[in-house]
Amino acid sequence: MSSAFQPLSAASSVAGEAAGQAFTFPPSQYLPLDSGERLSPLSIAWKTFGRLNADRSNAVLLCHALTGDQYAAETHPVTGKPGWWSTMVGPGLPIDTNRFHVICSNVIGGCMGSSGPHDIDPATGMPYGLQFPVITIRDMVRAQAMLLDHLGIATLACVAGGSMGGMQALQWASSYPERVHAVLAIATAARHSAQNIAFHEVGRQAILADPEWSEGKYQTLGTNPRKGLAVARMAAHITYLSEAALHRKFGRNLQDRNALSYRFDADFQVESYLRYQGASFVERFDANSYLYITRAMDYFDLAADHGGVLANAFKGTQTRFCVVSFTSDWLFPTAESKKIVHALNAAGANVSFVEFETDRGHDAFLLDVPEMFQTLRGFIDSVAQARGIR
Amino acid sequence: MRGALRQELLRIADMVPAGSRVLDVGCGRGELIGYLKQAKGADARGIELSQSGVNACVAQGLPVVQGDADTDLRDYPPGSFDVVILSQTIQATRRPKDVLDELLRIGRQVIVSFPNFGFWKVRTRIFFSGRMPKTGLLSHDWYETPNIHLCTIADFVALAETVGARIERALAVDDGGDVREVTRPGYWDNLMAESAIFQLSRGPGPQGPA
Repeated sequence: MSSAFQPLSAASSVAGEAAGQAFTFPPSQYLPLDSGERLSPLSIAWKTFGRLNADRSNAVLLCHALTGDQYAAETHPVTGKPGWWSTMVGPGLPIDTNRFHVICSNVIGGCMGSSGPHDIDPATGMPYGLQFPVITIRDMVRAQAMLLDHLGIATLACVAGGSMGGMQALQWASSYPERVHAVLAIATAARHSAQNIAFHEVGRQAILADPEWSEGKYQTLGTNPRKGLAVARMAAHITYLSEAALHRKFGRNLQDRNALSYRFDADFQVESYLRYQGASFVERFDANSYLYITRAMDYFDLAADHGGVLANAFKGTQTRFCVVSFTSDWLFPTAESKKIVHALNAAGANVSFVEFETDRGHDAFLLDVPEMFQTLRGFIDSVAQARGIR
Repeated sequence: MRGALRQELLRIADMVPAGSRVLDVGCGRGELIGYLKQAKGADARGIELSQSGVNACVAQGLPVVQGDADTDLRDYPPGSFDVVILSQTIQATRRPKDVLDELLRIGRQVIVSFPNFGFWKVRTRIFFSGRMPKTGLLSHDWYETPNIHLCTIADFVALAETVGARIERALAVDDGGDVREVTRPGYWDNLMAESAIFQLSRGPGPQGPA
């Protein structure tokens, strides 16, 4: 079986370096990790959209979700599909690239050009695999801060992201309050819930149970845990939707047949859809990256880093916040957003909070929700106004 | 917005010192906080229960959270605002006394406006028709009104005393929108005012600060 990581790394190196948007820091600039380890050399791949203005005040950092990457607003080099936030980021869109200089980097641990488990471990000359250090959301953010230092960008007009991207945005406000004018945190939480950790564990166990995973050494051995990763994706994908949306989309409709097969084929459309989601995912994602990034989300607990009091994570903050949730999101339900808002109120922060009515579940933040665009445009415009960005 | 209500919001805005930190509880579509930001340079924020109201506010760039006066005020630290405003909302809360207590805790000054159930038109409608009154400010049928805790000016003065609030100012608004400064709200004001605006602070009293 051909391995999926081959076209993957080829795509990332071509797309990243050709545009000059990948950088490997010299060994002196290592990344200190929460685990106590050091990541060196640190590589980061990123994309930018829109021009940086003369006073460098118009930079917006986008933080991508678990399986996202830096291709936020341009065609993805592997899938050929539009960027994951092409509905939100672009000329004339709410995050208007005629106004803002938008930066989106691949998280560390990822597989689109930033340091991750598929990289060569300088200590052994072999791919890291499970020798890659466990990373956290705060480590991801620390790496992004190093990238901004490298780019000479001192402050950000806004840090925006959904899901894991929202976790990073909150971490930014907590770790670097003086560098962040505004935060847009969508469909996210200040800590990963037990239920979400449980779903992640199912996904990880699916990968680990695939014999081709080979203790994480599949790159060296020329195998690839495609089945395990596909099952992980299928399980996760259900959590990104809602019961109502699944019913609306598929109901109990049969796939390419008029009657039940009395076999274990994909009789139902919903089965066929999930299989497709799993199969296409493995073409663009690395199984070990999936292990590492889900772990980072599981470890995220912003309050725990501040004596168990979430408000302390935002003490004295001057950052403006916009927190957004969706009525049908059961992965990051509104209650989680409200916890963030309560803490921000307790910290005296300037915060807006909106819940949008939709049946599209967690993934609504990536979809075309006109009311959301209109509302977020208002928030982002007010950020531009406060920063004097024309 | 109705002209009379617009008048009232302008009166409330007059009570807000320039540049102050303001929380408008039940801010609707953000008319007042938008005005306070623009005209008073206030750091004005809002809480609103309805999703459509919140969305409208945030779309204008106003910092508003979706929340409930009955449950969400306790998140704010004591004295976190110079002025807290509760405009035409106290009668729709489940526990008006607790809400007023919370307002006095988080704001140094508290401005409360409410429809006066002692207004003569209200009294005469009940008296002559024997039906629940409907007036300009109280336009709902009894079975669908959000106004579950209506009070008169006299009732409100008594509540202010109970929670240990000092009445700094009181304005009586008649149904033509005319506003009168009232020094000690009495029988006549309670009869003639369609609504009232009170400015309160936490004064010495049973529940005042030690």
